[in-house]
Amino acid sequence: MFQWFHRLASLKNFYRLAEIITPWLTVICAGLLAVGLYRGLVVAPTDYEQGESYRIIYVHVPSAWMSMFIYMVIAFCSAIYLIWKMKLADIVAQVSAPMGAAFTFLALSTGSLWGKPMWGTWWEWDARLTSELILLFLYIGYMALRNALDSPAAGAKAAAILALVGVVNIPIIHYSVEWWNTLHQPASITKFDTPSIHISMLIPLLLMALGFKLFYLVNMLSKTRSVILEREASTSWVRSRLQENKL
Amino acid sequence: MIKSFIAVLRRDLLVAARRRSDWLNPLVFYVIVVTLFPLGIGPDGDLLRQIAPGVLWVAALLATLLAIEGLFRSDYDDGSLEQLVLSGQPLTVLVLAKVLAHWLITGLPLLLLSPLMAIILQLNLTSIPALLASLLLGTLTLSLIGAIGAALTVSLRRGGVLLALLILPLFIPVLIFGSSAVIAAEGGFAVEGQLSLLGALCLLAVAFAPLAIAASLRIIWE
Amino acid sequence: MNNLLLQVSDLALFRGERCLFSGLSFSLESGQVLQLHGENGSGKTSLIRALCTLLPIEQGEIAWRGNLLPAARDQYLSEMCYVGHSEAIKADLSPRENLAFTATLLNASDATVNSAVERVGLTGQNDLPCRHLSAGQRRRVALARLLISEATLWLLDEPLTALDGHGRKLVEQLIGEHANAGGAVIFTTHQPLTVNAIEILSLNLDALQSANDGSGGASP
Repeated sequence: MFQWFHRLASLKNFYRLAEIITPWLTVICAGLLAVGLYRGLVVAPTDYEQGESYRIIYVHVPSAWMSMFIYMVIAFCSAIYLIWKMKLADIVAQVSAPMGAAFTFLALSTGSLWGKPMWGTWWEWDARLTSELILLFLYIGYMALRNALDSPAAGAKAAAILALVGVVNIPIIHYSVEWWNTLHQPASITKFDTPSIHISMLIPLLLMALGFKLFYLVNMLSKTRSVILEREASTSWVRSRLQENKL
Repeated sequence: MIKSFIAVLRRDLLVAARRRSDWLNPLVFYVIVVTLFPLGIGPDGDLLRQIAPGVLWVAALLATLLAIEGLFRSDYDDGSLEQLVLSGQPLTVLVLAKVLAHWLITGLPLLLLSPLMAIILQLNLTSIPALLASLLLGTLTLSLIGAIGAALTVSLRRGGVLLALLILPLFIPVLIFGSSAVIAAEGGFAVEGQLSLLGALCLLAVAFAPLAIAASLRIIWE
Repeated sequence: MNNLLLQVSDLALFRGERCLFSGLSFSLESGQVLQLHGENGSGKTSLIRALCTLLPIEQGEIAWRGNLLPAARDQYLSEMCYVGHSEAIKADLSPRENLAFTATLLNASDATVNSAVERVGLTGQNDLPCRHLSAGQRRRVALARLLISEATLWLLDEPLTALDGHGRKLVEQLIGEHANAGGAVIFTTHQPLTVNAIEILSLNLDALQSANDGSGGASP
């Protein structure tokens, strides 16, 4: 087990592995997104309460899930990097952060777009939207800290510590915001809650969620590959591949 | 270990006693920020009373942010920080002493000044105990969380804005529970719930923040 | 008396992507004094900082009394004293207050503070805030840390900075006494430094960089 872990951790091996699986993942991802969008936008029935506007959940909800998921990935990688000094984990965390921020932004903007027909306002201080906004701040802070420090090694470790501090705080922030929300808006509108979603609406949602995950994975792998090349530019395997023109 | 804790505490208090601007400026900042709100909103007493809990808490939070930036700055500049790390004493204990000293220098005066600020904002006198209790627990937590950010950004010449970006989101739970304690007191409700949540946050911060601070300090010379 | 204290093997240091030097191996016994040579940017300061554990080591090993470093860090720190470019003293505190703080942190007795202050020649300035001292006097306060620490290994980065002739003599005497008492010293300086009756070993980082064959280093 540990040996396997170690071999994967070698940047060269990871590069090869990523190179092989990326095309397959891309095809599956495109398929999932296409089917999910078709079933979500065309096949799924119109909501009797919200009309057509609810269909934005097929982008909004997967983005919101991804925004949390990627922060967890970053925190997990940060822990691995700090404990085992595994460089691959640091690279994955590094390239994941902008994508996480992008998904967070997507979740926020689609939430806002959805809010207009729902609440009649572009911004509602809803607990989930507010948490999402704070998560965006956390992402921005993470990326800013990494870029601010002169030494890349110090930047990587500082960002990793910040990610771990953030991941401890996220549940607390989430809980406090929810508490604040119920306090100030007793019995508030809980339209983001979808307690009983019809199966024909749920399936496209799950397809989209899976598609988003693969989309992240494909992008993460390709960005990781370019960072590996950058960091390993002076090593022999990169040079020989460069000569063979096989990058 | 206890001896070194006391030694750090004593040294930082001694230095602060001889450098008044370090602890006086954030206090003045606090007073000015609170004063700005009536000027920006208007002297309507009812409105001020309504927003007073939030204003007092946001101002306290910003003053803490302003003050915490210098927590490790001078130690970093003069090389003391290296020697603290190399002293062989547990770094978590040393940083806890530094944060406590910092809180005594900046947090405690802010606490003592806040009844005055509450009166300026027309807050009911009966809410002042809740304000003090929430600020006592809250500013301690803020200092501990802020110290993590201060440690992460100490090697940057202009770390101030970045520090705000890093730690203000982490301050949000304290702000929510703290101001809602004062709001509850204003409405004549019990504040035990909010205060116990603040206490829990404070305990969590005491337990975990020193670890993060020490880890952040060890990497700044890389 | 000649017991092995510090062992460095196959050490390489990087500043960012740039390799400062690689393949550095040397060992230091008690009673030995080692001077690091090299041009600006050759990695003298980085090496000293790596030796005092402030810089992490990515390649190579450092052992203290035969125990590898990250594991033996606590023991090593208690037997090592580092005086770097910055004095690590608080300008608002007097030398006595600064050194009393140092003594508490290093688990030394307060009595050592007075004798150390006397030894570095600051008795008269003992209660003046350090901001009123000259650069050379502040350097002396920093050097007093060595005496208080009672460490075996001294790591000195440019200890002669800002010191006058007497100050330099003082450093030479301190190093000599320390080596005779069984301690060891590693230092860098751009000024000539001679210690009575003790041969100063030398390690040239420039040679290491150009040769770079992995066999470099001073192995006394």
